[in-house]
Amino acid sequence: MRIARSRGARLGALAAVATLALSACGGGSVDDATEANESQAAEGGGECGDLQMAVNPWVGYEASAYVVGTVAQDQLGCTVEYKELKEDVSWQGFGTGEVDVVIEDWGHPDLEKKFFEGEGDGSAMDMGPQGNVGIIGWFVPPWLAEEHPEILQYENLNQFAQEFATSESDGKGQFLGADPSFVQFDEAIVSNLDLDFKVVFSGSEAASIEAFRKAEENKEWVIGYWYEPQYFNAEVAMQRVALPPYEEGCQDDPQTVACDYPETELKKIVGTDWAASDSTAVDLVQNFTWTNEDQNVVAGYIASGGMSPEDAAAKWVEENQDKVDAWLQ
Amino acid sequence: MTAALSVDSLWKIFGPRSDKIIGTPDAELSRAELKTKTGNVVGVRDVSFDVAPGEVFVVMGLSGSGKSTLVRLLTRLIEPTSGTVTLNGMDITSASESQLRDVRRTQVSMVFQHFGLLPHRQVIDNVAYGLEVRGVSKKERRAKASEIVDLVGLTGYEMSYPDQLSGGMQQRVGLARALAGDPEMLLFDEPFSALDPLIRRDMQNEVIRLHRELGKTMVFITHDLAEALKLGDRIMILRDGAIVQIGTPDEVVAQPADDYVKDFVSEVPKAHVLTLKWVMRDPRPGESMDGPTLPVSTIVRHAARAAIASDAPIRVLDGDRLVGVVDEEDIMRVVVAEEAV
Amino acid sequence: MTTTAPAPAAPKPVEPGAEPPPPERTRVSRWIPAAGVVAVWIVVWYFTKGTNTLALPGVARTDLHDELTEINNALLAGRDTNPVMQFTNSIADMLRSAFEWVQRMIVVPSPPRPVPEIGWLGVVAIATYIGLMIASWRIAVLVCLSFLSFGVLGFWQDSLDTLIVTGMSVAIVVVIGMPLAVLIGTSPRANKVVTVVLDLLQTMPTFVYLLPVVLFFGIGVSAAVVSTIFYALPPLVRIAGFGIREVSTTTIEATDSAGQTYWQRLRKVQLPMARKTIIVGLNQTTLAALSMATLAAFVNGPGLGKPVLAGLRINDVGAAFVPGVLIVVMAVMLDRTTTAASERAEKVARGGGGNVRMRRIVLAVGAVATLVAVYLSRTYLSLAEFPVYTIGDRLADGVNEVMDWVTDTFGGVTEVFKDFVTNWLLNPMQSLLAESPWYVSYVAISALALVFGGMRALVSTLVCLTGIWFFDLWHDAMITLTMTLVATVLVMVLALVFGVWMARDRRFDLGIRPLLDAGQTIPPFVYLIPVLALFGPTRFTAIVAAIVYAAPAAIKLVADGVKAVSPTTIEAGRSTGQTTWQEITKVQLPMARGSLVLATNQGLLYVLSMTVIGGLVGAGALGFDVVYGFSRSEAWGKGAAAGITIVLLGVMLDRITRAAADMRRDDGPGPRRAFNIRLPIGPPR
Repeated sequence: MRIARSRGARLGALAAVATLALSACGGGSVDDATEANESQAAEGGGECGDLQMAVNPWVGYEASAYVVGTVAQDQLGCTVEYKELKEDVSWQGFGTGEVDVVIEDWGHPDLEKKFFEGEGDGSAMDMGPQGNVGIIGWFVPPWLAEEHPEILQYENLNQFAQEFATSESDGKGQFLGADPSFVQFDEAIVSNLDLDFKVVFSGSEAASIEAFRKAEENKEWVIGYWYEPQYFNAEVAMQRVALPPYEEGCQDDPQTVACDYPETELKKIVGTDWAASDSTAVDLVQNFTWTNEDQNVVAGYIASGGMSPEDAAAKWVEENQDKVDAWLQ
Repeated sequence: MTAALSVDSLWKIFGPRSDKIIGTPDAELSRAELKTKTGNVVGVRDVSFDVAPGEVFVVMGLSGSGKSTLVRLLTRLIEPTSGTVTLNGMDITSASESQLRDVRRTQVSMVFQHFGLLPHRQVIDNVAYGLEVRGVSKKERRAKASEIVDLVGLTGYEMSYPDQLSGGMQQRVGLARALAGDPEMLLFDEPFSALDPLIRRDMQNEVIRLHRELGKTMVFITHDLAEALKLGDRIMILRDGAIVQIGTPDEVVAQPADDYVKDFVSEVPKAHVLTLKWVMRDPRPGESMDGPTLPVSTIVRHAARAAIASDAPIRVLDGDRLVGVVDEEDIMRVVVAEEAV
Repeated sequence: MTTTAPAPAAPKPVEPGAEPPPPERTRVSRWIPAAGVVAVWIVVWYFTKGTNTLALPGVARTDLHDELTEINNALLAGRDTNPVMQFTNSIADMLRSAFEWVQRMIVVPSPPRPVPEIGWLGVVAIATYIGLMIASWRIAVLVCLSFLSFGVLGFWQDSLDTLIVTGMSVAIVVVIGMPLAVLIGTSPRANKVVTVVLDLLQTMPTFVYLLPVVLFFGIGVSAAVVSTIFYALPPLVRIAGFGIREVSTTTIEATDSAGQTYWQRLRKVQLPMARKTIIVGLNQTTLAALSMATLAAFVNGPGLGKPVLAGLRINDVGAAFVPGVLIVVMAVMLDRTTTAASERAEKVARGGGGNVRMRRIVLAVGAVATLVAVYLSRTYLSLAEFPVYTIGDRLADGVNEVMDWVTDTFGGVTEVFKDFVTNWLLNPMQSLLAESPWYVSYVAISALALVFGGMRALVSTLVCLTGIWFFDLWHDAMITLTMTLVATVLVMVLALVFGVWMARDRRFDLGIRPLLDAGQTIPPFVYLIPVLALFGPTRFTAIVAAIVYAAPAAIKLVADGVKAVSPTTIEAGRSTGQTTWQEITKVQLPMARGSLVLATNQGLLYVLSMTVIGGLVGAGALGFDVVYGFSRSEAWGKGAAAGITIVLLGVMLDRITRAAADMRRDDGPGPRRAFNIRLPIGPPR
């Protein structure tokens, strides 16, 4: 009995595999493809070699990384490896040859001190701006900016503090802090500007987005740390609250910050050894530059359009070959 | 003839810094006092005895009297605190690790209360375990083991696993395992106390049979006086780790060393244990001296019929020498006294 | 977390004339002083609140934290010359090349071939055949379907990568862990020392050691394997060591008296007799290794963690859900296969295992079929590269729709519930714990530890609290402690309700168990997004996530404990005419109290282990500190301090509940046993 049943089940499993196999059949032979590969390898030059692209965990970064990676792979013949890492780990990878490029850096003085020539071990170097301009600041959802335009001035925040109160904020207004990876001085700003707010950290970009989206949908009171370029701004156009304007040096001492965040030119950071190599991708990364709008388009493909980063990048490259050509000169 | 086993001033004290106590006044303290004072517990206190080759030596005591500790000290399953154990002339207490292993492999085997069988091995391999650790080849040890399995009456169960056997049968496996290495001495640690009364009786008879057939020296631990009297050539009674009395079964019953032992033996059917030695008396003047003769080692119960049948007192002989007489009344005194209790 | 409780002494017969045993402290008497302590605490709090709370802003650090950071910096600065790192780097290289070799065999193109050496058909066939060989046809079918689901749902490569990483890690864990298990199983002294290290490994949040691991072993698969080893080692060592220690002393004595050597004892007696327990340990280790998949993705570890994190990045529940489910599928497959394989080995060893000749024929035929499949998969492209299906995407869309519906429909209700718990439970407790001056909380917590756990618990508590104070995160620690306690209370409410229900209703039990298993195995990152959508970035969100993870374990423990109550006692109770409610409250629950204490203990530790996850969704406190330290290297020291603080909190809660359990005499061997082996399944922190 046991044997008979076992045979039945095995036949069932076999049938399942067979169905899958047959449905997939009709493809070519492995040997043919191998030969094709061999002959291609014989022709193709290895000028580019490997490109190890760090992918820091936010969608905008992903967009930049995959666009550069896709161009390197498809048009220069590089073997691109994407490594999903936080910023600090990425920088550690320059020295060990595990990371070649960080394509969007928002400014990490402490890391520069450790890894740049001079104070640090010289394993990393700045390859200049990549075109995007980072804007960090305090933002509110659009409905709020529309109904209470005066809220866009920090001086008026205190009169609305109670509206922002939540279960988390101890009776004060809640200010939504960001992912811990980001540079943020909000606790100091709140205290130095005598604002009746408490900073509650969302913990991650995903958490912040979810909060802003819900706030806009349900007309809830939310104010938080936010930034641009950011694909979510296409879905909900977050409005910036003006803080005392940034002046050179006003953020040097983290304890006394009482001014807005500066605009940041986002930079390309690369491994020193890699930059000195003769890889053709070095020039590509050197020349790469694009705008916030460009990045938001690709990020939107990924986050809202449900495309894979590869597909999203390929689509943009196809639509913007002229810009790509400029990088390839 | 030298003793098969000789134990001299053996001590075992459990607890921190236990070796610092012997020889100090603390060693004289009672168990409870020592425990309160130092936190140490006396397991075995200054025990000395000899066991002759071929003898069945029973160690008896209540739980906590130190008897199980004592038997483990003999092969150093527990390390003694002080004293010596000599086995066939070899000092066990100072033996090296490998000498000790050798002793355990070839000279002494042990049977345990809870059997201690290997659940993942068949009966035959449990029995052969001692041979296996000695490095005997598989074929040879299996042949030997199956002989022993037959000897203990487990024929047909060689391929069973311990958990498929009853308690009594499992202990037969334990017995077979102890016998397989053909040791000179067997140690039994309360081997039958976990068994049903009927099975226990069977097993006791089995031990008596094996002793008769193989003539091994045995040290047998029990808390059951009846068992001790039935099996023992000599009995040692322990209390709180110290010896209270050593003697033959009839000595222990007839002349308990103290109230503790007296209490113990009070319910023993004396007629079943005592020999004529303990009830005979000198002939009274004028008594008829033509009654039947019996050896002095005859159990009282066995002499009863002869005493009743004869008008004259029975003459008690030690060899050919007349050592005393015993009549119906003397015997009735023992039997009736018992019923009165 | 485990110290061996002293072996319960065999009950000694009371000698006549001895004093009667001292009357035991009853349960009621512990709650009265506890209430007293709390009352005094509240009074003191009322007059002193808000002073000396040692609060530290979220992104601020102390000198101590910076000194800790310097350790990491110094290691980093010396990485080119540090001989230890050279050594670990060469190990990392070996790990990498081993991984890549296996990868080229079964998942990635093996140049110049455009496909791996063995294509998907061959891989499925081999896996199925292994299932057949070591277990049964049922398992073979399970394995086959699981592998097919990897491909059909669109995660063939990620799934196999996860399997390879898990396999490599478990293999290394066995090599390192078994000698350790033997050591702690045979030497009580070694047990004490090793257990402390295991406690540390099991409670330390992974984020804390991820950066140093990267420093020593590089990015990617090597870091993934090494951190997985750290996390998966304790269950094996602990459980196998326990199994070895538990081998009957009579058997050891009996075989010792046959004159065996150390090795003979180990090989022929201890290991075989502990075999079943060792397999349980191996099983737990495998599941623990699997649950590291998501965290390993934070350092570019290959496998299913990547798509889960990618889903989290774009707030796409569905996209994270599908790979999450595949992790569950894999866990079920590995769990059932290892269990069935060990059962089968047992049966075969005992001469069972069915018709041997028939089985040989089946195996031979299977082998031929497998070889054919391998050959085909080497020859045809379509049998080498898994065809693309859209089922996975459709499933993801479906999940998203369901989640949208749930958030839209229940959004309002959940908000009310959240506010209720926050305002009436969380905030008052947090205020008491965190807003009291630190020394007041310190004294009050110590007093409570003394009341519930006696002197032993008090000593551990004093040590742990002093440690927490030392690491400069007192205020955050108190907030985290509050959240842990509130979540545990809710977990225990669920555990009582569902546990009793399961114990009394077999069908409900059978129905809900798979759900509980899934709740324990699915990566928390998957349900983080919908919970976030419902509750926003709050402490309550973190609490809900912790409950989802911790409740299954507690529910199972309570259910098993209540089930274990002797039917005779229940019958005896029924014969007095008690109601169902009386039966539950007066018989079943009191008699299962040992299990309830254990469930509380496990609940606390499971909840605490979710602290870091909580930090990602707005819970702040220690969880945020750990994530912050991992994210920004200048704050690594703060993260490390927070990690150590979490460890100290864990040790403290464990020791108090354990001591509370030990103060009762009537715990069966069951809870004691479980206390000794601690079974961690599920997400690392």
